[in-house]
Amino acid sequence: MGRFVVRRLLWLIPVILVVSGITFILMHSAPGGPWDRDLSARQVDPNTQRLLNEYYGLDKPLWRQFVAYIIGDYNKDGSFKCGLVCGNLGPSYRQRGLTIQQILFMPPEGKNFFYSRFGYSIRLGVYAMLFAVILGVPAGIISALKQNTWADYISLFIVTIGISVPNFVIAIFLIIIFASWLHVVSIVPRSWDQVDVWILPAIILGFGTMARTARLTRASMLEVMRMDYVRTARAKGMAERLVIFRHMLKNSLIPVVTMLGPSLAALVTGSFIIETMFGFPGMGRAYVTAIGQRDYSMIMGTTLIYAVLVALANLSVDLTYVLLDPRIRLD
Amino acid sequence: MAEILNVQGLETQFRTREGTVHAVNGVSFSLKEGETLGIVGESGCGKSVTVMSMLRLIPSPPGKVVAGSAMYQGKDLLKATDEEIRHIRGSQISMVFQDPMTSFNPVLTIGRQVAEPLEIHSAVSRQQAYDRAAEMLAMVGIPNAKDRLNDYPHQFSGGMRQRVMIAMSLICTPQILIADEPTTALDVTIQAQIVDLVKRLRDELGMAIIWITHDLGIIAGLADRVAVMYGGFIIEHAPVKELYTNPTHPYTMGLLGSLPRLDVSGRKRLTSIEGIPPVLLEAPHFCPFAPRCKYAVDRCWNENPGDFNVGPDHTAACWVDTKTGRER
Ligand SMILES: Nc1ncnc2c1ncn2[C@@H]1O[C@H](COP(=O)(O)OP(=O)(O)O)[C@@H](O)[C@H]1O
Ligand SMILES: [Mg+2]
Repeated sequence: MGRFVVRRLLWLIPVILVVSGITFILMHSAPGGPWDRDLSARQVDPNTQRLLNEYYGLDKPLWRQFVAYIIGDYNKDGSFKCGLVCGNLGPSYRQRGLTIQQILFMPPEGKNFFYSRFGYSIRLGVYAMLFAVILGVPAGIISALKQNTWADYISLFIVTIGISVPNFVIAIFLIIIFASWLHVVSIVPRSWDQVDVWILPAIILGFGTMARTARLTRASMLEVMRMDYVRTARAKGMAERLVIFRHMLKNSLIPVVTMLGPSLAALVTGSFIIETMFGFPGMGRAYVTAIGQRDYSMIMGTTLIYAVLVALANLSVDLTYVLLDPRIRLD
Repeated sequence: MAEILNVQGLETQFRTREGTVHAVNGVSFSLKEGETLGIVGESGCGKSVTVMSMLRLIPSPPGKVVAGSAMYQGKDLLKATDEEIRHIRGSQISMVFQDPMTSFNPVLTIGRQVAEPLEIHSAVSRQQAYDRAAEMLAMVGIPNAKDRLNDYPHQFSGGMRQRVMIAMSLICTPQILIADEPTTALDVTIQAQIVDLVKRLRDELGMAIIWITHDLGIIAGLADRVAVMYGGFIIEHAPVKELYTNPTHPYTMGLLGSLPRLDVSGRKRLTSIEGIPPVLLEAPHFCPFAPRCKYAVDRCWNENPGDFNVGPDHTAACWVDTKTGRER
């Protein structure tokens, strides 16, 4: 088990290299650079641009820049500046004086980690996940137990919407209904400290996951209901409620629980549209902004964090399987 | 011996997309205390549906018991409330299923599952139930029974799992044990061990047994009486000796013909019955075995035979007297 985890973590190294290589190439193939300004704004003069490029090492050949990002490079004064291998994600080109780590992980003065950009995104992801699970799992179970009744059909209808309609479309509908018509939420809240302003973004973000969770739970529950051991439990004289809770639930939730990790990773990394729509101070909006501004190191850093999150989530699948299913062992 | 179970005119149907499957079509039999009844027939003859109907374990929909009664201790199981039947299942009438691989819950320990019937039906503590479970496991021949309570089903071999299943079904010392093809999924040598085990337990505990199988060979030394099923009917019913020495229905003769015998001298070819059992999509108004029967006469195609007395305590449902070849 320990060796399995170590092996899987070692696999992260090539994954990070490949992801950063591809991101680096794509990013530098896009026209423009970090010093470009809106056409309406005052432009940075060419001489300053040259100095900036020199200062940040952007005048060097691309391969050298890549090596510098991953391993590090010598400064003008001969001192060595370590790169990604030391955990340095580099300086931001647009938010002067801040490193990428500081932008993403440092909370405002006097607040805890969950008020950093990363923390905000994690919180939004967790809330969306809670919504998805608390609604999706019971919906799936009830649909399976009451297969082909109106309860099943209503749940299937909502699930189909959740799976087929993109979340930004759902977002627009919900914003029109709850913000424009009913005035129960404000679209761009002044502060994210109140609880109620989180509700709409979390629901919208979690809607698709809720639908997929309900569908997976239903399918897995229907499969378990047909199993021989359920019949055995009934033949023992067990009350139906106990048969469901003791013999069906754990088995049917195994696939659902193993998907929680990847679902959460998908929610945290996939929230940039919702974050942008709601002006949310999270990592996703920072990412979108960084892409528009060609803030190279910010793009690289955020992409890598996303990649690591997804890889860890996938590892969690195997680990939760081992925890939940006594038949499965890793070696 | 007193009669403890009496099933009369049991009929069970399944509503499927293809139509209504008449799985059991008026089955009657009885069981005395401590007696062993064998129910024999090929796959799909309605053996499982018969016993599952009695315990109301038929999945519904699509299944439905449409007629009949099953009297147990003065109560009709088919009309009992859910609560009443629940108290009987597992404590007074318990079942052993065919596939020991899939009949256990893979994520619960063996101890938990074996102790469960006791926890449901009596007011013992969990610890007491576990202690009893360990005793039962030892009784069915599981080595180191106490240590194995915390193991999971996949850590047992098929034969061991079936022993565990038997321990689980007997933990409440039921009056009736229903074994639905308990050896079909096992190796031949293991089959014999399981049969011996059940015989021993029957002598120790004295329960009555309904043993379902498609293998006449297995129950020769086990059953007191045998009911042969075909197409949802009991087509021949006799004490075990009588049935083996004097098979009367062509189907039974066919089943015995495909069984190697040691007591008959000379070399005899094993025969088999051509074809497969029917899936009855309409109420059978002729003998369901007629399409495969070499004795069939016109009448077999027009009228379903009732039971004829053909010997002591011996009935057969056939229009033809197979001894003489003449119509009855
Ligand atoms: N759940 C079900 N749905 C539809 N038909 C069924 C179902 N269970 C059993 N049957 C039908 O009932 C008949 C008898 O089945 P069964 O009692 O299982 O046979 P066996 O004698 O092998 O135990 C078969 O024709 C089978 O197709
Ligand atoms: Mg069967």
